[in-house]
Amino acid sequence: MFGYYLDLALRSLKRSRGLTALMVLSIGLGVASCMTTLAVFRAASGDPIPWKSSRLFVPQMGIWQESARNADGEPLDALTYTDAMALMRDHRAARQSAIYAIAPAVFPARSGQHPSTVGGYAVYGEFFRMLDVPFLYGQGWTSQEDAAAAPVVVLSRALNLKAFGGIDSVGRMLDVSGHDYRVVGVTDDWNPQPVFYDVFGSGGFTPEGPGLFMPFTRAIAAKLSNGRTACDKEPTQPGFAGLKQSDCVWITFVAQLDSAAAARAYRRYLDDYAGEQRRAGRFGGKPNNRLRDLPAFLDAEHVVPGDTKVMLLVALGLLVVCLVNTVGLLLAKFLRRSAEIGVRRALGAPRGAIHAQFLTEAGVIGLAGGTLGLGLTWLGMIEIRLVLPPRLAALAQLDGSLLLATMATAVLCTVLAGLYPSFRAARVQPAWQLKSS
Amino acid sequence: MAIHPIIRALRRHKAGVLLIVLQIALTLAIVCNAIFIVAQRIARVERPTGAQEAGLIRISQTWLDAPEGDGTATVEALDALQRTDLATLRQLPDVLDVAASDSMPLQGAIWSADLRLKPDQRHASTQAALYYGDEHMLPTLGLRLIAGRNFTASEIDHHTIRSTQAAPVVIVTKAVADSMFPSGDALGKTIYLDVRPSTIVGIVERLQTPTVAPWGNRWAYNSILLPVRLDGSSASYALRVRPGRARAVMRAARAALFALNPVREMPDTWGIQTMQQIRSKAYRGDRGTAILLGTVCVILLCVTAAGIVGLTSFWVDQRRRQIGIRRALGARRIDILHYFQIENLLIAGAGVVLGVLLAAVISFWLMTHYAMPRMPLSYLLAGVLVMLGLGQLAVFVPARRASNVPPVVATRSV
Repeated sequence: MFGYYLDLALRSLKRSRGLTALMVLSIGLGVASCMTTLAVFRAASGDPIPWKSSRLFVPQMGIWQESARNADGEPLDALTYTDAMALMRDHRAARQSAIYAIAPAVFPARSGQHPSTVGGYAVYGEFFRMLDVPFLYGQGWTSQEDAAAAPVVVLSRALNLKAFGGIDSVGRMLDVSGHDYRVVGVTDDWNPQPVFYDVFGSGGFTPEGPGLFMPFTRAIAAKLSNGRTACDKEPTQPGFAGLKQSDCVWITFVAQLDSAAAARAYRRYLDDYAGEQRRAGRFGGKPNNRLRDLPAFLDAEHVVPGDTKVMLLVALGLLVVCLVNTVGLLLAKFLRRSAEIGVRRALGAPRGAIHAQFLTEAGVIGLAGGTLGLGLTWLGMIEIRLVLPPRLAALAQLDGSLLLATMATAVLCTVLAGLYPSFRAARVQPAWQLKSS
Repeated sequence: MAIHPIIRALRRHKAGVLLIVLQIALTLAIVCNAIFIVAQRIARVERPTGAQEAGLIRISQTWLDAPEGDGTATVEALDALQRTDLATLRQLPDVLDVAASDSMPLQGAIWSADLRLKPDQRHASTQAALYYGDEHMLPTLGLRLIAGRNFTASEIDHHTIRSTQAAPVVIVTKAVADSMFPSGDALGKTIYLDVRPSTIVGIVERLQTPTVAPWGNRWAYNSILLPVRLDGSSASYALRVRPGRARAVMRAARAALFALNPVREMPDTWGIQTMQQIRSKAYRGDRGTAILLGTVCVILLCVTAAGIVGLTSFWVDQRRRQIGIRRALGARRIDILHYFQIENLLIAGAGVVLGVLLAAVISFWLMTHYAMPRMPLSYLLAGVLVMLGLGQLAVFVPARRASNVPPVVATRSV
């Protein structure tokens, strides 16, 4: 029976080419614009580490006077050196790391490769296990090496390719800002978006992942300068030493807490610590601490660019208009065939059969629209890459799930759009239609 | 022509009419708001920076073998590197002026400070971007001095960004002067940059901050020039070149600086750029949003127009016989044409009424959720006219086909 309906549908679609083309185009455009914007939005609002995000927490403390606080009352999304070190020292989490962005000069050992600055992070050895950073060779450094501020370094796959030609470089030496560092590991490509471990500095998205990691303690000892710094009051002393003692924030922090009880305990610890500092006169204003898990933190940070949301909404609007359009055109198309329906009904076709026939026809249009939509989505991706800044354009990836979603949305939407018209068509009175013709 | 029979006829196509009304309403609501967003982006992209952008080049580079630390010897060594670079750039042909200039409008990297009238003032009056540079910065950027004077060579200090030294004199933009001293007597007054006092010796008409991020929107023209060559492993310079010679100077500058010291990083992407390149990068997101929203709007209008053509065509086909009868009874072609045009006007009219309401709701929602300004009525009005015009345009083809139905159709059976 389905084959017969399919045949009927194709015949009917061929009969009115213009109307069919209009419907297919309308569905294709609607679905494609939706999928294109959805691709960016999905990547921007996605969970960067879904298997673990509910166990990763970001401690935040409001340390400045009320007058220096954000209008929305949210505490800062970074810590001072003093506080980050206190949290590291007390070590109340299963795993934890203070993090700051560095950009040292790297002199590749390979001849013919020019020196350049490489963006990376100063972290603790637990960082890699905590965030499940994938390794190609070797691994992260040990806590002994953290304590000793050892000159060790973990390279990205890209930097390893540049500096060592992509070989297993573990144990080799690399010149980083004029000092020799021993390579202990090489990560595979790793650039989760949003950059959840440094929203403060990155703003959420970067087209390229970190090029290298070194021990936090080592970076501090080498006075490697940091990226973004936010201050309420200027440091009272000049230089890196002044920055370390100041109430400027420039260090981000991630802690892994494996149970609700652990999170509660950590929250209590954070409140106690902040209370102590307030009594000592270091913290100003009212207590204002947060310990959010990763999804809640990213939500509070508003990392998803507002533009992406507005664009998605507009595209959704377009899809709705295209659907309404399709409903109207299908209605016109189906009702035009009242006479044909009348004959089929008079010959004994039940209403269900008429439904099935017309929904099949709608489905065929949906399939055609979806196929067109795939092509248009691909074009849309090209447009996105051409016009959006690289950090956002890099998010727009065409993958299997998106292709499937495009197809499914198109078919589902058209069948939905065909429901009312086919209902109307099935209600056609056979006697009346036969009489009038 | 009587409207009554048209409405009577429309009541036989309730579903179709409702769908077109809905489609027109949605299209109007979305297009109005989207175009308003696009217009805001265009206005944002087109605002002036205050610098003379043609013939302005920024060089930003890092010495990879720069001395480390923040001791006096290091600072002096870093400053010597910078002065050598500046002197070398000054020798290049077609270069009119060269300045140590750490920041550049729209470029992104920003130093900022809270501004206070008194050091112990609880809430800062406002904040401003800090432009560190020497006495050549003002003429090189091409800023317009409207009061006071430029820095003199003897006033130029040099230190690292982490220094706690105060700058004795500063030049502020009119925006800073007006917000700190509304009575217009800013010149000669002392302001506090965070906690450090500086005297205003000059006022420039306009200078945009280096950031276009949303958090800087409220103080986009609050900039302060400080007489300080900033020392560090990186240094940035501004070059004013003869018109049309930017490309040649960029090539020459690259060669000269690398000849001076090859161990430096100055990539094509951000090392040497014209102001136009910086501008185009800064507003890429805004332009992209505008283009994407514009594309969607065009698609929307096309789809809606096509929908009207489709449904009206169907109605024309369905009513061939009635049209034939009307023609046989003496209706002229123009009457049939008018019939469909007025029918469309009625439907589109209902659509725009609903659309205006919907557009207002969406605009209100955007205002509360995305801090968008209120959409001016002119956008709604223009939207209404466009939708009505679009309806008339779309209906014309099927309506003309209807008017061509010969009277003889009335006598034939289907």
